[in-house]
Amino acid sequence: MKIWPIMKKELRLYFTTPVAYGVMFFFLLVMGYFFFSIFSFYTMASMQSAMNPQMARDLNPTDSVMRPLFSNMSVILLLLMPLVTMRLFAEERKNGTIELLLTYPVRDGAVLLGKFFAALVLYVVMLVLTLLYPGIVMYFTRLEWGPILTGYVGLLLMGATFIAVGVCISSFFENQIMAGTATFVVLLMFWVIGWSGDAAGGIWKTVLSELSIIEHFDTFAKGIFDTKDIVYYVNFTLLALFIGLKSLETRRWKG
Amino acid sequence: MIEVQGLTKHYGAFTAIRDVTFDVAPGQIVGFLGPNGAGKSTTMRILSCFMPASGGTARVAGYDVFSQSMEVRRRIGYLPESVPLYTDMRVAPYLDFVAEVKGVPRATRKRRVAEVMDKCLISDVQYRLISGLSKGYRQRVGLAQAIVNDPHVLILDEPTIGLDPRQITEIRALIKSLAGEHTVILSTHILPEVSMVCSGVIIINKGSVVAQGPIDSLVEAFFPLSRVQVELAAPPDSAREALRGIPGVRDVRDVLTGDGTAAFAVEAARDRDVRGEIFQLAIDQRWRLLELRREGMTLEEVFMKIVAGEEAGEPEPRVPAEPVPAHETTS
Ligand SMILES: Nc1ncnc2c1ncn2[C@@H]1O[C@H](COP(=O)(O)OP(=O)(O)OP(=O)(O)O)[C@@H](O)[C@H]1O
Ligand SMILES: [Mg+2]
Repeated sequence: MKIWPIMKKELRLYFTTPVAYGVMFFFLLVMGYFFFSIFSFYTMASMQSAMNPQMARDLNPTDSVMRPLFSNMSVILLLLMPLVTMRLFAEERKNGTIELLLTYPVRDGAVLLGKFFAALVLYVVMLVLTLLYPGIVMYFTRLEWGPILTGYVGLLLMGATFIAVGVCISSFFENQIMAGTATFVVLLMFWVIGWSGDAAGGIWKTVLSELSIIEHFDTFAKGIFDTKDIVYYVNFTLLALFIGLKSLETRRWKG
Repeated sequence: MIEVQGLTKHYGAFTAIRDVTFDVAPGQIVGFLGPNGAGKSTTMRILSCFMPASGGTARVAGYDVFSQSMEVRRRIGYLPESVPLYTDMRVAPYLDFVAEVKGVPRATRKRRVAEVMDKCLISDVQYRLISGLSKGYRQRVGLAQAIVNDPHVLILDEPTIGLDPRQITEIRALIKSLAGEHTVILSTHILPEVSMVCSGVIIINKGSVVAQGPIDSLVEAFFPLSRVQVELAAPPDSAREALRGIPGVRDVRDVLTGDGTAAFAVEAARDRDVRGEIFQLAIDQRWRLLELRREGMTLEEVFMKIVAGEEAGEPEPRVPAEPVPAHETTS
């Protein structure tokens, strides 16, 4: 499998064009804003709690800073990741480069995985940059390692799912904007599906909220590894990649 | 090296090529000709394993393009008609990427990329962004990516389109230099180019192969006669009679008759050169000879005749179906 050259090429394209820097910049900007408001709210609350011992017991930086930060991050990523993945196949189809790429001695699967991993590497870089925030918190107060670790593992799994869905959908479109929008709509649907579960009630509530792409992240943010959630993200990712592969193969038949 | 048997491709309800059959012997350069929309690019896309055929088989470098596509892809270089390149990359890194994907070993890759850049005359732009290159340079980068893995078979879809006259000559020389070790199939609309570069042609029209073989035998098959243009200062009627009397002459047609001069097209058997006899006739009759020119039948005429004949529904002449002979290139 020649995944590596494809991945290298995609990373080169991400980092020699403004794509990667633009996405990272806006991500850090928005997350910085959220962090700043959450953290300053927390410092204010902890100052007040100095006078109120009961309140102080409920207040810890993991629950009042990191958890809200993680859940904000998951929503921002849902908005941002389609912008990272939309070009992966749509651009190649638009420019016709797919015609050359698919006649090189690489399997369709390797092309797909190369692109997937390239976006994943960019995503990991984005996550590493956000380590700044727990770093700042730790500078002022003690922070538990466990929930941060599980939170980041959760973000990685969830992001991989976002990327897999994005790569898959990108293979259906020639237009990048269409690919990005469709990815966003699909991810959004899998997010809000949990809410409609609340309205439905009963067995549907369980089923629909189990399908929700963000609800599964909540347990990670709480500092818990639940196999169920890991299985959900891994399966979702594999399914999306599989559909992407099939779509590539069908494209060939249509010529 | 390329064996195509009964190849058919449908795009939805539309049949782009129907029952296409041809062979290209190893070491040959073959021109793939046909009017717009004939199905040249479609055939080449199938040969390059970009898309599967709807029916029939194709073997390239000894492997089936459908069931052994990886083996085929390792051994070919393909230049699509639109020359799609990663415009956000620079030339050298782009070629390095292609070389890596095509499995050029790491140790020799750098040297190999430098080599093809030299061959395709793009060393001077190797650090430029592809988006900033002119059409001709992009074409050459496209050619470089096709040959970077030193493939057995090259499939080039209109490789000289968009080049300036000097570049065309250089690229043709490059393609010609590939003959022998490489087998090349190239499509083009520039017919003189085919006579210059290729040893054989395949002509396709409306999705079907209508003629194939070495250029000379094609011309012979379609034009069994040779033609001589004569202009004499002589009375037309007696001149016509006299020309008809020359042994070997099959037909004399009036081109232009005027004040004391007469122009004719004299057709004779292909292997007969009647110019000497015409000259002698003029001397004997004391006619002034104003023009005497043997007309070469060109591939253009063959092409026009085939394609126009198809359109008019004329029965086509019998075409030699033998494949192009090996290791022989006409200049
Ligand atoms: N993807 C496609 N979908 C539907 N029809 C197609 C497709 N590609 C080509 N065709 C049709 O198939 C026919 C053959 O096209 P092809 O591109 O092979 O012609 P060509 O011989 O390369 O012509 P040209 O000299 O213009 O390059 C054309 O009528 C074209 O409209
Ligand atoms: Mg074409």
